[in-house]
Amino acid sequence: MSEAVSNPPSMAQRLRLGDIWKATRRVLREPLGAFGLILVLVMIGGAVFADWLTAYEPNKISPRDRFQGPSLDHLLGTDHLGRDLFTRVLHGGRIALWVALFSTAISLSIGIVLGLIAGYGPRWLDNLMLLLFDSIKSFPTVMLALALVTLAGPSLTAVVIVVVLVNVPGYARIIRTQTLALKESEFVTAAQSMGASSARILRVHVMPNVIGPLLILASMDIPVVIAIEAGMSFLGLGVRPPTPSWGAILNDGFTAIRDTPWIAIAGGLPIILTTLGFTFLGETLRDVFDPRLKGRG
Amino acid sequence: MTVLSITDLNVFFSTEGGDLHALRDVSFDVPERRIVGIVGESGCGKSTLINAILGLLADNGRVGGGGIHFEGHDLTRLGPKEMQALRGPRIATVFQDPMGALNPVVSVGAQMRNIQYRSGLSRSEKDAKSVAILQKVRIPDAGAALARYPHEFSGGMKQRIAIAMALLMEPALLIADEPTTALDATLEVATIELLKELQQDIGCSVLFISHHLGVIAELCDDVVVMYAGEVVERGTTRQVFNNPGHPYAARLLECDPARQSERVRLLPTIPGEIPDLRHRPEGCIFAPRCDRRAPACEARQSELPLQTGHMARCALAEARS
Repeated sequence: MSEAVSNPPSMAQRLRLGDIWKATRRVLREPLGAFGLILVLVMIGGAVFADWLTAYEPNKISPRDRFQGPSLDHLLGTDHLGRDLFTRVLHGGRIALWVALFSTAISLSIGIVLGLIAGYGPRWLDNLMLLLFDSIKSFPTVMLALALVTLAGPSLTAVVIVVVLVNVPGYARIIRTQTLALKESEFVTAAQSMGASSARILRVHVMPNVIGPLLILASMDIPVVIAIEAGMSFLGLGVRPPTPSWGAILNDGFTAIRDTPWIAIAGGLPIILTTLGFTFLGETLRDVFDPRLKGRG
Repeated sequence: MTVLSITDLNVFFSTEGGDLHALRDVSFDVPERRIVGIVGESGCGKSTLINAILGLLADNGRVGGGGIHFEGHDLTRLGPKEMQALRGPRIATVFQDPMGALNPVVSVGAQMRNIQYRSGLSRSEKDAKSVAILQKVRIPDAGAALARYPHEFSGGMKQRIAIAMALLMEPALLIADEPTTALDATLEVATIELLKELQQDIGCSVLFISHHLGVIAELCDDVVVMYAGEVVERGTTRQVFNNPGHPYAARLLECDPARQSERVRLLPTIPGEIPDLRHRPEGCIFAPRCDRRAPACEARQSELPLQTGHMARCALAEARS
């Protein structure tokens, strides 16, 4: 094996289990990364094990316990209907994380397919799709959400659709640019000369080259998605009451913020901590995987 | 038996400055189990020729007359689907840059399985075939090599892997586009010997493109000399190298540093450059640079036979039959 040379592993390399462990250790070495990872794990743990962590039901109304401040019985207090806020925050985390993961997964799938088609397809199709992406992107998120909710009514599905519409153009553009560059690469020419079809080239050769950077980018978008869900639910455009959502809890406390501030805090704190956690984690991941960005803001 | 027979092939590219006549009346044969070398300077149409054979001309290129006959098909008349079916199993290609020809993020084994996707073999059968051919190109520890990524191999090994991939489906014709240009001199010799060995083993024909005369002389049975999109001379390697009939071929051989018997301050060159192919002169394409120019050169040149199988596109090449 004297001829084999080993280069430092690049970002483009496929993730293996050992690499994931190595990356985790590097993330933990950065203080912000470790902080972010812990926050994210706590949030995910709370959402997953919500049923075991509290004795209360998230939607059970108990008028006797209204507006109680934080105590050992109710860690974050109760709201105007006597519901335990800690329980509602945990269950709200399920909604937030579910929306974040589900809609990011859908955005990624659609974005990748559209980007590959735009980058590899004929020129007119590329131009048409760019026009479409730019048109969608030019709508402010709230306007988009309002328009959609006016048409279809407030629901979790509406939140997912808004997030997908907001995210897809960006992902598709990145994939498109990378595909355009890879299209000219010699291994694509080589694959063509060996009789591979366009669909096959995209799946086997282009996809593995573009997926890594995109996943990092998507992980950095998760806090944005969580904020969109919370924002829409706060405005009454998202989940319907009594379903617990951080935005809805914030809205419940918002009217009585002078007398019972703990309700608004119970809704706001997890939003802040989770978005912070994902942002720190995402940025550290980016730095760890892409050495070119190291040391830059 | 002829594997590939090209007759009067013309290729045009439409450009903003008018149609570019990239290949004019190109004719030559690649006989079975022979290695045919194509030699010529940059821009003489070598790559266009390969792309025309493979049916992968750029969008603005088109075949405007002539035929490319391969195993009973005229490749200029086949649809994209039929061409795709031939590429890989029947005609395979090795490219110049071994660093670029392998996908950096896909393991060698997966890339070799991908090539065999039409074979109908099981995963382990495909891998066994990959290992066998990797051993043939002398990749050490071929079984373990399947799990590795291209960056874990050296340049020479990468080119041997690329050759292995091209020969995996045992094609009838291997097109090698300057496969040794990116390698250093020692590796070049080793790669050429390997290529010759594999060619005899598999029994395929090879179309070997190079601008390195020494490599052509070493490896090829027949030579085609191209200049500005035309075949100016063709014949067996011995015929062309010993008795060049076309002034361009003769000058090209004179310019080969390996042929200089004494040390000179300046290596010989051919003055001038390739003409603008959008305004191709009607007469001999080489006339503006030729030191043996004569009135006969104003007329369109046809291929004159010098010996059996030896042709030159020059009115002044005297027949020695």
